[in-house]
Amino acid sequence: MTIDLSLRDHEMLTGRHGPAPKLAMSIILRMAEFHQVERLLDITQAHIDSSIYMGEAGLEFAERLVDMGARVAVPATLNVSGLDEHHWQEWAVPTDWAKKAYRQMVAYEKMGCRPTWTCAPYQVDLIPKFGQQIAWGESNAIVFANSVIGARTERYPDLLDICAAITGRVPAVGLHLTEHRAGQVLLPLVDIPLELQRDDAFYPVLGHLMGKIARDRIPVIDGFALEPTEDQFKAMGAASASSGTVALFHVVGFTPEAPTLEAAFQGSAPQETVPVTLDTLRAARRELTTANGEKLDMVVLGSPHFSLAEFKQLAPLVAGQHVHPEVKFLVTSSRAMAMLADRAGYLEPLKAFGGQVTVDTCILASPMLPPEIKRLMTNSAKYAYYAPGLLETEITFGSLADCVQSAVEGRVVRDGSLWEGG
Amino acid sequence: MSIILNGHPIIRGQVQGEALVSNEPLSFWGGFDYHTGKIIDQRHPLAGEKAAGRILAVPFTRGSSTTTAVLLEAVKAGTAPAAIITTAPDSFFALASIVADEMYAKPIPLVVLGETEFGQLQTGRWVVVRDDGQLEVKGNRRD
Repeated sequence: MTIDLSLRDHEMLTGRHGPAPKLAMSIILRMAEFHQVERLLDITQAHIDSSIYMGEAGLEFAERLVDMGARVAVPATLNVSGLDEHHWQEWAVPTDWAKKAYRQMVAYEKMGCRPTWTCAPYQVDLIPKFGQQIAWGESNAIVFANSVIGARTERYPDLLDICAAITGRVPAVGLHLTEHRAGQVLLPLVDIPLELQRDDAFYPVLGHLMGKIARDRIPVIDGFALEPTEDQFKAMGAASASSGTVALFHVVGFTPEAPTLEAAFQGSAPQETVPVTLDTLRAARRELTTANGEKLDMVVLGSPHFSLAEFKQLAPLVAGQHVHPEVKFLVTSSRAMAMLADRAGYLEPLKAFGGQVTVDTCILASPMLPPEIKRLMTNSAKYAYYAPGLLETEITFGSLADCVQSAVEGRVVRDGSLWEGG
Repeated sequence: MSIILNGHPIIRGQVQGEALVSNEPLSFWGGFDYHTGKIIDQRHPLAGEKAAGRILAVPFTRGSSTTTAVLLEAVKAGTAPAAIITTAPDSFFALASIVADEMYAKPIPLVVLGETEFGQLQTGRWVVVRDDGQLEVKGNRRD
């Protein structure tokens, strides 16, 4: 099998553009061979997940590229890094670790990437448009770009995202192509109360369930009574890309490639239909909690990164109250959103409440939490999914209001009334 | 008694080791600690098992796009699985193996098995991975 190369592809491969495009193009072509495709396509932008510091090898890879003179060929945003660049000393991040994570930040900035430092780039900068071919890393960003915006990206893993950005080229494969974007498994909502569909906590729970059912297939949800907000879609997608491998979902009537059920499946029949009932949702909600009892050390919000709208929603909930002295309250966000929230006056009540804001990173990407933090609570299904394994903590999933109330009382309290009945 | 399973080689290599098998997909980020080589996803059936140096069989990668970075760290740290067996070509495993080859000349051999053949793998059996994707599954190491 031969791959159809443009003149520029060929020049990159033979080193005419320097050693970095040569290395990046050879990796892209080996992936094209892996996918058995004969064609590459142009991308218009990239989102780089490789900026997360994992260890020596990732840093070595980044700095080797910089030494080779690597520059991105298309505009590129940066995912979270390993530390809040300006505030990491306020947390438990070891200095030696911070130095290396910082070197990795510098390396990616030197390649010309924008210092967005967020896992929710679709709310910050270089927001792609419908139909645009992009190369994005970060599972929650991938599923949002494909599903909610209708831009087209494969699941770009760390190390490949930067190769795509350096060359501007990717194998023409998977979700870049219309025929691979059809729904595969149908999830009809059955008798889900409208009140529950209005509640923010419905979406991460549904996303968690959707990921478990869909696994690596494209799910189609049918039966939403209301149009979800951007942040509700964000929470749902992030959950489904944690419990499963969902990179694209359709919601009939509400996402751009699914005006109708037929359009969502591109005229084909679903491979499988799995009804979503209050019972299966309740079970999914239970799975997101690993903790027993009421003990609580910390409430953490913001995975994916908190948006301006979420700061706005949080401000009146915390106003006039105060965090319990034995509990921490943390919101993780991007520097852009935190700055806008500050200007809008949403951070003042949060600070008066005793809450803290961390930007550029999150509790999963940075070793920032002190060891005495053992019991977390969150409204994020992604935090709930990953914290037990990555941080060896117990976690409780609750609504935003539950999280605030628990922080005030210093113990886990949850209002489960919306999940009853049925 | 040993059995022969004919797989499709994605990244070629000849290795052998003890099988570690699950039907549950795995994310290496949040699921695998490259310092210890152990599986740490508390919700995964293989939680607590050592994957370093073993023939890891999982259907595909789940979740995070950081899986590839964690696998590259594991290759550098010497805690990577000896080979990985999946039920379909997995682009995350392929990319990690290709970059490990470009950086350290240490690709992780990858083999795809049909679902029926995959079902014949069992944790604890000794598996010999051949260059052409053929697997010899032995009862245990001494067979």
